[in-house]
Amino acid sequence: MELRNITLRFGGVVAIKDISFDIRDGEIRAIIGPNGAGKSSMLNVISGFYIPTEGEVYFKKIKRGPMKPYEVARLGIARTFQNIALFDGMSVLDNIMTGRLTMMKSGLLSQAFWYGAAAREEFAHREKVERIIDFLEIQNIRKTPVGRLPYGLKKRVELARALAAEPKLLLLDEPMAGMNVEEKEDMSRFILDLNDEFSTTICLIEHDMGVVMDLSDRVVVMDYGRKIGDGTPDEVRNNQDVIDAYLGVAHD
Amino acid sequence: MPDQVLYAIEVTLNGLMTGVMYSLVALGFVLIFKASGVFNYAQGVLALFAALTLVGLQNGQVPFAHVINATFGTNLSTFGWHLPALLAILLTAGIMVILAIIIERLVLKHLVSQAPIILFMATIGLAYFLEGLGDVMWGADIKKLDVGLPQGISDTIERVTDGWFGYGFFIDNLDIVATVVAVLLVAALTIFSQYSKQGRALRAVADDHQAALSVGISLRFIWVLVWSIAGFVALVAGIMWGTKSGVQFSLSLIALKALPVLMLGGFTSIPGAIIGGLIIGVGEKLFEFIMSSPDLAGAWFGFTIGATENWFAYVLALLFLVFRPQGLFGEKIIERV
Repeated sequence: MELRNITLRFGGVVAIKDISFDIRDGEIRAIIGPNGAGKSSMLNVISGFYIPTEGEVYFKKIKRGPMKPYEVARLGIARTFQNIALFDGMSVLDNIMTGRLTMMKSGLLSQAFWYGAAAREEFAHREKVERIIDFLEIQNIRKTPVGRLPYGLKKRVELARALAAEPKLLLLDEPMAGMNVEEKEDMSRFILDLNDEFSTTICLIEHDMGVVMDLSDRVVVMDYGRKIGDGTPDEVRNNQDVIDAYLGVAHD
Repeated sequence: MPDQVLYAIEVTLNGLMTGVMYSLVALGFVLIFKASGVFNYAQGVLALFAALTLVGLQNGQVPFAHVINATFGTNLSTFGWHLPALLAILLTAGIMVILAIIIERLVLKHLVSQAPIILFMATIGLAYFLEGLGDVMWGADIKKLDVGLPQGISDTIERVTDGWFGYGFFIDNLDIVATVVAVLLVAALTIFSQYSKQGRALRAVADDHQAALSVGISLRFIWVLVWSIAGFVALVAGIMWGTKSGVQFSLSLIALKALPVLMLGGFTSIPGAIIGGLIIGVGEKLFEFIMSSPDLAGAWFGFTIGATENWFAYVLALLFLVFRPQGLFGEKIIERV
């Protein structure tokens, strides 16, 4: 995945200004920055919710034209949302199953008339979903309607739904926001395991510095829509611009 | 059994049958409301339009005949064919799908992420447009619709009940057919929405647009799908009502009766639409029976009132709005602050 010279404007407001960076296969890439820096906008550009005003998006070395979010999803880019977007009326299992919609082949008519084939397909997908449920340790809430779950578990279900699509690139918008220490540790473990075991490429936004520095291979730092730092956690930590953005600069 | 009880049973049965007809219309509302959060004011007109088109196709009527004749001085009225009922129904179903696509293209597409009230207003506009279009296309006269459904009083039931109770129940064959069709329709819709991939996508869209997009669901496809299904349900309702009372423009008013049904059953529940319809159907028939009978209301209260069927449903709905606004089966919406 590569982004070249992305600029995003809403009317007169410039949310992202001429930013370029890449995400290598199999790495964990973090985007950090103060509130309003344009991190979520960046993620929305990658997932197709926003179309950049200027600049090019390359996915798997191929330039991507303006695409609808659902088309991007079908390319293999799955995401979670900052303020959780789940299907509250459905059970946990059904929610995760929706993640597999892009992979289901049988059409409306075949489902109606060749029950066997559709049932076999459903079964195969269920198996994959069960594996994800095991992986994220949410077996006991499988049948619970999502609306009743506490916040931390909802976040986990949302991750499960994204994983169900077997994404080539997984985008996580503040996966640990609002969690307590224990939940954060769990989530960090899941993210690392995902990356290790399935070599899923992950791009995440996170505010908790400790978490970001421990998890990620490389970090992009944004401030006021510009990129002010890019590199390994150590490099970024010692970058003067980054320190200024986070700690403020004394005016003298 | 005393006569009064037998009468009451017959009235109840007839009420159930009428209730099924109400449910058929209410179903269309629930489908669209569940999938897009839009209250589709045009659902009744959709049923009218479907019935008009069906009759027109069946009788080989030339669409827009009045306009063509007035413009070119011709004297067209029919193509001179008479289509078999099944073919005409299939063609009409096809036209309802095309209509769904046009509605999505011309109206809904431009109103994505607008407030529900805006979409509601759009469907009001759509209702008037379709009513006018139906008028210009097929003419405003009352038409007879006959797709070969059995009509009239069921002899079998009359004979059998006469043998049992010494009193034959009058039940319309068409009402029995309508009941069977409604049961099949609800079963098919339930299986579709619970077990098919598109059904799951549909429920997903109903819950959260953003999340649906993020798992690769195309909103536009789902909308076309939903409106097609609503069009199909409207066609079924149009056939039943059209056969019962002729295809006429007052058909669009049956949508009004669906409102109390929905308030009772809840806007988001398919079983709710069915049960709401049955309660209203039975309720209004029984209430009418009791209140207008000198032996019952006359003896109990000292007076009788007639024509309660016209307002009973609405008063019941009003009571529900006060005491249980989400209906019997609707979701209680709690907004956290």
